[in-house]
Amino acid sequence: MTTSADWGWPLGVFIPEQLSFVRAFNNPTTSELIGAGAASLVVLGGLALAVFLIWSGWWRPIWRDWLTSTDHKRIGIMYIVLSLVMLSRGVIEGALMRTQQAAGLNGGFLTPDHFAELFSTHGTIMVFFVAMPFVTGFINYIMPLQIGARDMSFPVMNQVSLGLTVVGATLVMISLVLGQFSTGGWTAYPPYTGKVFSPGVGPDYWIWSVAIAGIGSTLTGINVAVTIYKERAPGMHLFRMPLFTWTALCAAIILIFAMPPLTVSTLMLAMDRYLDFHFFTNDLGGNMMNYANLFWLFGHPEVYLLVLPAYGIFSEVFATYSGKRLYSYTSLVYATMAIAVLSFTVWLHHFFTMGQGANVNIAFGIATMVIAIPTGVKVYDWMATMFRGRIRFSVPMVYATGFLILFVIGGLTGVILANPTIDYQVHNSVFLVAHFHNVLIPGVLYGMLAGYHFWFPKAFGFRLSEGWGYVTATLWIFGFAFTFFPIYFVGLLGMPRRSVSYSDPAFEPFMLVAVFGAAMILSALGALVVQLLVSIRKRETFSVPLGDPWNGRTLEWATPSPPPEYNFAIIPTVTDRDMFAVAKAQGNAFEKPAEYEDITLPKNTAIGMMVWVSGTGLGLALVWQVWWLVLVCVIGMLVVLIGNTFRTDAHRVIPAAEVAAAHQAWLDQIAAATPVGRLGEATPHNKGLAAQEAVQ
Amino acid sequence: MTDDNAELHHELRQYLIGFALSLALTVVAFGLVAWGGLAFKTALATIGALAIIQIIVQFRYFLHIDLSAQKREDLHLVLFTILLLTIMAAGTIWIMSNLAVRMM
Amino acid sequence: MTEQLHPGLNLGPQHGKAHEHAETVMFGFWVFLMSDLVIFGVIFATYVTTVNPMGIAGGPGPADIFDLKSVFIQTMLLLTSSLTFGIATLMLRHKKGVRHVVLWLSVTLALGLGFLIFEVRDFSTMFANGAAPSRSGFLSAFFALVPLHGLHVASGAVWLVVMMMQITLFGLVPMVKTRLLRLALFWHFLDVIWIGIFSIVYLGGLA
Repeated sequence: MTTSADWGWPLGVFIPEQLSFVRAFNNPTTSELIGAGAASLVVLGGLALAVFLIWSGWWRPIWRDWLTSTDHKRIGIMYIVLSLVMLSRGVIEGALMRTQQAAGLNGGFLTPDHFAELFSTHGTIMVFFVAMPFVTGFINYIMPLQIGARDMSFPVMNQVSLGLTVVGATLVMISLVLGQFSTGGWTAYPPYTGKVFSPGVGPDYWIWSVAIAGIGSTLTGINVAVTIYKERAPGMHLFRMPLFTWTALCAAIILIFAMPPLTVSTLMLAMDRYLDFHFFTNDLGGNMMNYANLFWLFGHPEVYLLVLPAYGIFSEVFATYSGKRLYSYTSLVYATMAIAVLSFTVWLHHFFTMGQGANVNIAFGIATMVIAIPTGVKVYDWMATMFRGRIRFSVPMVYATGFLILFVIGGLTGVILANPTIDYQVHNSVFLVAHFHNVLIPGVLYGMLAGYHFWFPKAFGFRLSEGWGYVTATLWIFGFAFTFFPIYFVGLLGMPRRSVSYSDPAFEPFMLVAVFGAAMILSALGALVVQLLVSIRKRETFSVPLGDPWNGRTLEWATPSPPPEYNFAIIPTVTDRDMFAVAKAQGNAFEKPAEYEDITLPKNTAIGMMVWVSGTGLGLALVWQVWWLVLVCVIGMLVVLIGNTFRTDAHRVIPAAEVAAAHQAWLDQIAAATPVGRLGEATPHNKGLAAQEAVQ
Repeated sequence: MTDDNAELHHELRQYLIGFALSLALTVVAFGLVAWGGLAFKTALATIGALAIIQIIVQFRYFLHIDLSAQKREDLHLVLFTILLLTIMAAGTIWIMSNLAVRMM
Repeated sequence: MTEQLHPGLNLGPQHGKAHEHAETVMFGFWVFLMSDLVIFGVIFATYVTTVNPMGIAGGPGPADIFDLKSVFIQTMLLLTSSLTFGIATLMLRHKKGVRHVVLWLSVTLALGLGFLIFEVRDFSTMFANGAAPSRSGFLSAFFALVPLHGLHVASGAVWLVVMMMQITLFGLVPMVKTRLLRLALFWHFLDVIWIGIFSIVYLGGLA
């Protein structure tokens, strides 16, 4: 790169023509204008937020109570906020691509480059900055409550992980304004993403956002696994853990072992680009096939890491709203573990057509089909849980039944694709695009939205509007069906994925149906926002401060809503599965303990924010090759992290009297409250105390 | 205090045993290559075997992981890692060599 | 041995709070090491796929660039440093005082630095002979794998210096003790990785 000459050394390869506004001014095509519009949204939105926070004075409580907090619940909520913000960008990009392809018969309005950038950011954002933070957020919030712990094992590291994840998301957002993102898809296959074919900064944005966020995810995995192993309440044997916690454990194991290949493959790609190494180049002994191999060593376990916690959420939802224990808990646990291990044995099915022999292909094809067995076990278990249950068809149940029907279809197309001979026919067609959206949207996204609805009252003390919830869920389910079922057909007709336009008129009707579906999904996103605003406005009517609005079964419901920062006034003793349901049935769910103890908690720290600032600086400096800034940021980060180990007063104590007073106040409220039955859940009478019915 | 000293000496001896074993295994492996004589495949297999033995020795004497550990979950962690690592490394080598043969 | 709370050498109940606190942090560090092991594992596998005429691409091969004598010296230095760190942890466990602990840590640090000096010397010779990573896929993989281990040793050395500062500042308080225990684990782990490197890369390449 020699373009840096104009500006000289201090700004690396950055030149003003890289600003999307300048590009749109010089060359006002539709694509550039859309890009500049998105960039102005980012800049204006950021400015508006900053001005608002300063004007309202909210920046102070936000800094004190949120950004510097080490409370796993607050960190979990911040992950979910990040994920919802990124979700809105991802959905808009998806709708834009659908619109382009609807108009794409011999043309359309986007340039091929812009379209390529869209599918690359859409994929990267949806996987790394929507699905992963969503999953991580739920695990962070719910898992310690479910196992009766006060916090994660390493609260400060938890904050650092969040900081690193946000660095990645920030870099992707900045790429809208400064320069361009990669055009190489979310998998960034070389040699296309190598220096020879992509000399710009796009792949570098991809590399550093994914690599830095990936390190955060590895740390999260370690934190979650250690927490589940070491922080369980007395009596909480592994086989008494709620199913969501089991899936969190398996997800953590996948994070620990599957993130390293991603780190390795992205850094090797970076070495190829920056230091002229030859891992994946076409010449001098490089071999791009190894990139596909390493990337999918991560990539396949990754999709199970996303879907397993969603399975966990659905398990809780089915059991709670059917008023029953989960059917065959043990088989669900074993199926979860089997999926987690098998997910490491199937990665080659992402590149059946790469050129290896039939023996290799068939081994991985069979391994892939085998995963359908434990997944099938789960589907039957969930159906058997509903069978003869006393079902309330609440909003999470709408998502859950939508999931059951649609996910089975997506899974079956997966089994079709697992057959190498069929894969040779449909690989790289939009059939594949339809397949993975069919597992990721009903599987992961519906799971997350069900969980959002299910646990929102736990986190904030008031329910979400049920009416808007039904509207949103319906729009998501039908929007998905209208968007992606036509795409299966277009795929079978032979349309290659990632094409900006096409010349076969037979595709067009399907594409028109798909864009209708995309409009529904866009409305679903809008309805989600409206639902949140309506619920906040009516929070008095929807309030459920006593903590158990859905007649819950597991320990997270045995606390007030929102729970105190130390979670439990006294660590519960566990004697059975579904401990809270058992305690309620025995009538000892809300007992006053003999005595309270002082509780030690970590003090607030700004280390996560410092990691975020220095990490973002580091990523930008690497992308633009500003070497002095790289040095500054690396040294800054080391000083922050090593300096932190010299802190000796990192804890504070909450006196037993304070804990006792808060607990007593809650117990008094419960004693004075009227329990509400299962049919009154969605009425203002529901204050979070559930009436007891015959337990099945 | 004498008890403690005896324990210290016992533990120190363990470290020294581990060190001596590692030393011997290393010297044999280097000697095989330095003075040669073995066919390539035999040499490779012997070096591999010596390396695996030395890794076990170091795990036993330096990292204190053994089969009689009271806490089995630690051993499970190590074994599970080795399982996944084998799948990944052996899979990579299998796939890439299969490709190489077909692309020659 | 007395009650084991975590894998590896335990401080023992005579250390009270430090011993209890070690349970969680040591387990966490083991998990981290296993994750790190996977990083090394996939780079090892990549390396193995490049040691062939296609990966060497007409450039220098293993026999042209490896110096067996230097590798042997490095191996000895690192192996001995593992032993000396082991002795340092025993001094800690049996409360032999700050001086003994710092002495054995210093010996370890010196051996580690010696290892790094020999390794860097090897690399510069290779560069001087045209065996740079940009020459071939094989050399790229070599320079990803072996210097990554070197980088770990260097971080371990920095960590050692930080720990000696903290011992001076705070004394052998529980926080410092459990950190030393983790650093010991890290250091032994690097020796285990080195067994893989000298066996697969160097001896395998020269056999």
